[in-house]
Amino acid sequence: MGAFDLIVVGGGLVGAALAWGAQIAGANVVLLDEGDVAFRAARGNFGLVWLQGKGVGIPPYMHWSLRAGRMWPDFAERLSTAVSFDIGWRQPGGLQFCFSEAEIAKRRDIIARTQADGGDIDISILDRADLRALLPDIGDEVVGASFSSLDGHVSPLYLLRALQLAFQAAGGHYRPGFRVEHINAETGAFRASSQIGSVLGRRIVLAAGLGAAKLAPQMGLSMPVKPERGQIVVTERVKSFLPYATNCVRQSVEGTVLLGSSHEERGFDEGTDVATTAALCRTAARVFPALADATVVRSWGSLRVMTPDGLPIYEESARYPGAFAVTCHSGVTLASVHALEIGPALVQGRLPSHLSSFTSERFDVHQS
Amino acid sequence: MFTRVECSSALPAGDNVLIFEGSQLPFRPGDSVAAALLEAGVSPLRKNPVDESPRAPFCMMGVCFECLVEIDGKQNQQSCLTRAHPGMVVRRQRGARTLA
Repeated sequence: MGAFDLIVVGGGLVGAALAWGAQIAGANVVLLDEGDVAFRAARGNFGLVWLQGKGVGIPPYMHWSLRAGRMWPDFAERLSTAVSFDIGWRQPGGLQFCFSEAEIAKRRDIIARTQADGGDIDISILDRADLRALLPDIGDEVVGASFSSLDGHVSPLYLLRALQLAFQAAGGHYRPGFRVEHINAETGAFRASSQIGSVLGRRIVLAAGLGAAKLAPQMGLSMPVKPERGQIVVTERVKSFLPYATNCVRQSVEGTVLLGSSHEERGFDEGTDVATTAALCRTAARVFPALADATVVRSWGSLRVMTPDGLPIYEESARYPGAFAVTCHSGVTLASVHALEIGPALVQGRLPSHLSSFTSERFDVHQS
Repeated sequence: MFTRVECSSALPAGDNVLIFEGSQLPFRPGDSVAAALLEAGVSPLRKNPVDESPRAPFCMMGVCFECLVEIDGKQNQQSCLTRAHPGMVVRRQRGARTLA
């Protein structure tokens, strides 16, 4: 087999979005996926396309996230058409609940800072009466919420499946069970090797999540990512009662209620613990007291991919032009721009200039 | 799909009767509700709340949640994990359960 136009290392939400986007932009792409044995960050994603408050104080990240949010309806439409099943995308707006006036004040501050940085998003404060009008079952402890109509939600696992399937339907080459061990730069091409073979490509992008930390240096790139564990609890299916995305409770299209999520430093431990599960349940029951009666059917832990400052990395190797690195912890929210903007950019061989502040150079210690 | 490992044919007479959709339904001591309903030929037990497809017990060990019924007024009960008791009132699960 000859050389592909682009090798995508990593078949998770980030890699699959890039691969689909590059393939439909006209490239011949191969997607190398370790498989479901990998630390799939998609499993731990709460499924929010969450814009309010994202990137406050870091304008490039805020604008990039808002761009992703604006692009989501078109992205979801195109993806759903390609696979003909419901990925669970809904954009009813999102609520971040507040339990005190102090928390309301913090949300007001976020609104002010968003406006000061030119954020193109309307965020409003709802008082208790407003909130009760929207959600009659809301608990007495919730004093208010911030609301943005731009926020939405989706099933992360259906999204991942849709991206992988749409990629293949567009003629892309999907290689499961392909855990990349080595990457070599050859004359005018890159070779990615695993125990089950190797592939050759004119360009390569590392989107291997936590696995990228070891692979990146082989391409003269730096991806200092570490795992952050998040636990999620899910209940039995119940009749629709929550037609909004929220920061801590999400009802899926199928009726299950997700309660999440935690932020823990536990290395590569994907486990769960009762104290965390209980805390997630307690918060959910403060927001919706009726949930106390719902049966929990599962809880699980999963690992997010975190850079030192929590922001994405978009970078081309200076030593090996044509080798790129992409990572982030918002694989759902940013899926739209990864597919429709970064994918085509990789085909052109050049990252958008407005992402120049997202290289890993920001982690270097500069000595004067 | 499921068959009993005991060879005895007749259900024992006595108090071991539950109420399913208003009718008396005998069971063997120790039966789960799902086992009693299956033996009586009840199927489906419910409809899927998303697409309304008919559903019946599948795993019989508490994993698949296909066997949900309403028991003594409580919705979404796993009938394979619930032991049958005399006088128990069992109904088909109708749609998704409602929160109180």
